[in-house]
Amino acid sequence: MSKVTDTIAWIDERFPLTKSWETHVSKYYAPKNFNFWYYFGSLALVVLVIQIVTGIFLTMNYKPDGELAFKSVEYIMRDVNWGWLIRYMHSTGASMFFVVVYLHMFRALMYGSYKKPRELLWIFGMFIYLALMAEAFMGYLLPWGQMSFWGAQVIISLFGAIPFGIGDALTLWLRGDYVVSDATLNRFFALHVIAVPLVLVFLVIAHIVALHEVGSNNPDGVDIKKLKDANGVPLDGIPFHPYYTVKDMVGLAVFLIIFFAIVFYAPEMGGYFLEHANYIPADPLKTPEHIAPVWYFTPFYAILRAVPDKLGGVIAMFMAIVVLFFLPWIDRNNVRSIRYRSLAYKGILAAFVIAFIVLGYLGMQQPTPFRTFLSQFCSLVYFGFFVALFFISRNEQTRRVPDRVTH
Amino acid sequence: MATDNVASEGALVSGNVDTKRRRLLTAGVGVVGAVGAIALAGPLISSMSPSARARSAGAPVEVDISKLEPGQRVIVEWRGKPVWVVLRTEELLASLEEVTDELRDAESEDSLQPEFAVNTYRSLKPEIMVMVGVCTHLGCSPSYRPDVAAADLGADWLGGFFCPCHGSKFDIAGRVYKGVPAPTNLEVPPYTFLTDTNILIGADGGNA
Amino acid sequence: MKTTRLLVLGLCAALMPALGSAAGGGASLDEFESTDSKRSLQRGARVFLNYCLGCHTADYHRYSRMATDIGLSDEFVADNMIFTTDKEGDATKVGALMASSMTEDYGEKSFGIVPPNLALTARSRGVDWLYTYMRSFYLDESRPFGANNVVLPQVGMPHVLAHLQGWQTANYEDRDGQEVFTGFEKLTRGELSPDEYDGLIRDLVSFMDYLGDPNRATRHAVGFWVMLFLIIFLVLAIMLKKEYWKDVRH
Repeated sequence: MSKVTDTIAWIDERFPLTKSWETHVSKYYAPKNFNFWYYFGSLALVVLVIQIVTGIFLTMNYKPDGELAFKSVEYIMRDVNWGWLIRYMHSTGASMFFVVVYLHMFRALMYGSYKKPRELLWIFGMFIYLALMAEAFMGYLLPWGQMSFWGAQVIISLFGAIPFGIGDALTLWLRGDYVVSDATLNRFFALHVIAVPLVLVFLVIAHIVALHEVGSNNPDGVDIKKLKDANGVPLDGIPFHPYYTVKDMVGLAVFLIIFFAIVFYAPEMGGYFLEHANYIPADPLKTPEHIAPVWYFTPFYAILRAVPDKLGGVIAMFMAIVVLFFLPWIDRNNVRSIRYRSLAYKGILAAFVIAFIVLGYLGMQQPTPFRTFLSQFCSLVYFGFFVALFFISRNEQTRRVPDRVTH
Repeated sequence: MATDNVASEGALVSGNVDTKRRRLLTAGVGVVGAVGAIALAGPLISSMSPSARARSAGAPVEVDISKLEPGQRVIVEWRGKPVWVVLRTEELLASLEEVTDELRDAESEDSLQPEFAVNTYRSLKPEIMVMVGVCTHLGCSPSYRPDVAAADLGADWLGGFFCPCHGSKFDIAGRVYKGVPAPTNLEVPPYTFLTDTNILIGADGGNA
Repeated sequence: MKTTRLLVLGLCAALMPALGSAAGGGASLDEFESTDSKRSLQRGARVFLNYCLGCHTADYHRYSRMATDIGLSDEFVADNMIFTTDKEGDATKVGALMASSMTEDYGEKSFGIVPPNLALTARSRGVDWLYTYMRSFYLDESRPFGANNVVLPQVGMPHVLAHLQGWQTANYEDRDGQEVFTGFEKLTRGELSPDEYDGLIRDLVSFMDYLGDPNRATRHAVGFWVMLFLIIFLVLAIMLKKEYWKDVRH
């Protein structure tokens, strides 16, 4: 036993092993009243690890070449031992990453986790979301199916909306060719397997460091650091380890059951995780009858289509994401949790979430006049949320936030 | 509502803890978790073994030697490796007895070959040599040097194989000489004669 | 808490129609009923390799893998089911990919387009589509090969199985300026009765369904054990959590 202690002491003199463990795990005091919404942060980390590990093994057999890419994916699915499992874990992981991240973001919205002093934490999180979208978009090109190809063609063309000739030059530069081609595939591969993952990992570290600096928020939005005991431990705080490590284990088990149920029993998820048309190799001469992005992009795609102007649509789509960065300053109320906020706030939040989901649905469908109208209405609700929040939060009738957390 | 007493209460209760149960459950979750991690590592590691494509390329190959002249060699590819088939002349065969003392493993005790090739010729039929042309040192492919007393190999060279990478020498049965880096004789693949002039390399046809 | 839970439930309910709507559309498709039998797969494989592979390729999949999966020996497949040759002109080896005997160039010259790879058609089009398509060819003198298809109008493919099915014509009715398909009319009898022909196509589609997703059986089998394992893990994790959380004041 003393051998172990000695070794740790030897390391501690040279590297902050024990110190880091204490700061981030065993003496990181988290509020005792986390509910199930608080599983999604650690689950996002789990999915990141799944994606990196399965990604490494996919890279060993995938060929980033316009002539070979599609066939190499089928080679993985049929010839490589367990290749199908690795690939389905990666494709399911991509969608589940967004499921987990959207729930994680909604949690932050509900409990005001973006508010002072967690503004930077929120901004790091938004950058993670942005990097994740870039990562997913570029990864989706790699199977080199029809949806991969035409999805990339459409999304890259969005940049063409930028005026003064910049747009066309930019799209040409992004593709490295006049259409999405082998050159595009090859660079997307490079960005997908190394550039963006590096950025993601760095941002995730920054996100966690920022969180542990300011401390976790909780469903009551109570600042637990205000009341501490004689040792400086927050009265409502419990050490992350063992209490939340064992609790997150339960969340992990439930998540893995859902995750592997999809992997083993419904890897295509009815065409939502793996689109049917992506089983046809990319053909630059033939657009599929109906192209839609993968489900996690469709809310923004619906906003794009709702605006009857190319540049306007692109601006609206990007603004829908950019506006989220400013949430800490748009919401001017310092009551964090939805539990103590006004009915008006609850109303606009519900409207926002419903609009987001309806937009997600509309983004997958063929446009009809009614659907376009509905998209426009929901886009207005989406942006209206931020405007309404800005004004409502100013003089909001809130309930008194207790000193201690409740359950 | 809250009295001072309640307001200053910490989050943790120091009650009596069932340490035994905790240890047991922690061990349980730990073991099951470890089993899960290992079970997941299995497919990942297995994915790096030869795929169905590689295995299919490793299927036995057939060689027709009816047109092979004495002293000549043909090279066929089997599992991506060169396999040599040499029709040895009487002269070359005779050299096998002369070099015995200079060999590291003359009896092929430490080398890889099918059971049927543990003999002086290291082959099924004395005149027909079948050998994997990969040096047992670091994997280069040695060159075929049947030229007796070659200038660069010395006057006492009786014909055999010479590896240009690190200078290992082998006799005409692929047996390694002493004093060279290669540790063992060249590998003999499993093979069988389908007819007198047709060899199937990669399948031993029940000879082993 | 209750309100948020209700909200989540409501949102899930709102999502349901999105998840319910199936892909594809156009002409109504006949439902394909899977037979799930190895015999059916073997019969389907025979049709596929005999007819389809003449022009189409399926060169993502190997004969040997197919043999194992549908319950045949490598030798049997090599001797009875491989009708193509390799570059040297020898019979294709059983470990090889299921490539067509027709080159892409020749295919393009004959049909105007390269006949598509069929290994994944069951996944891109769906089994119902395949089942209906293979039964919906009809006589149409205006087409280069004299055949058209209700499911895929202006189809480039000839009716390869006409001698088995016989010929039929399709009736279309003009409804508000739109041509609507109303039914087939039998012209000639084929070697098979209509029921036998449907059975043959069912076997073929079963096989193509397998070909699109050859790992399904393994996946479901492995999945069962993974689920079982994870449930045990979940139970243990819940017990461990409860034990530790006795410390936390509620």
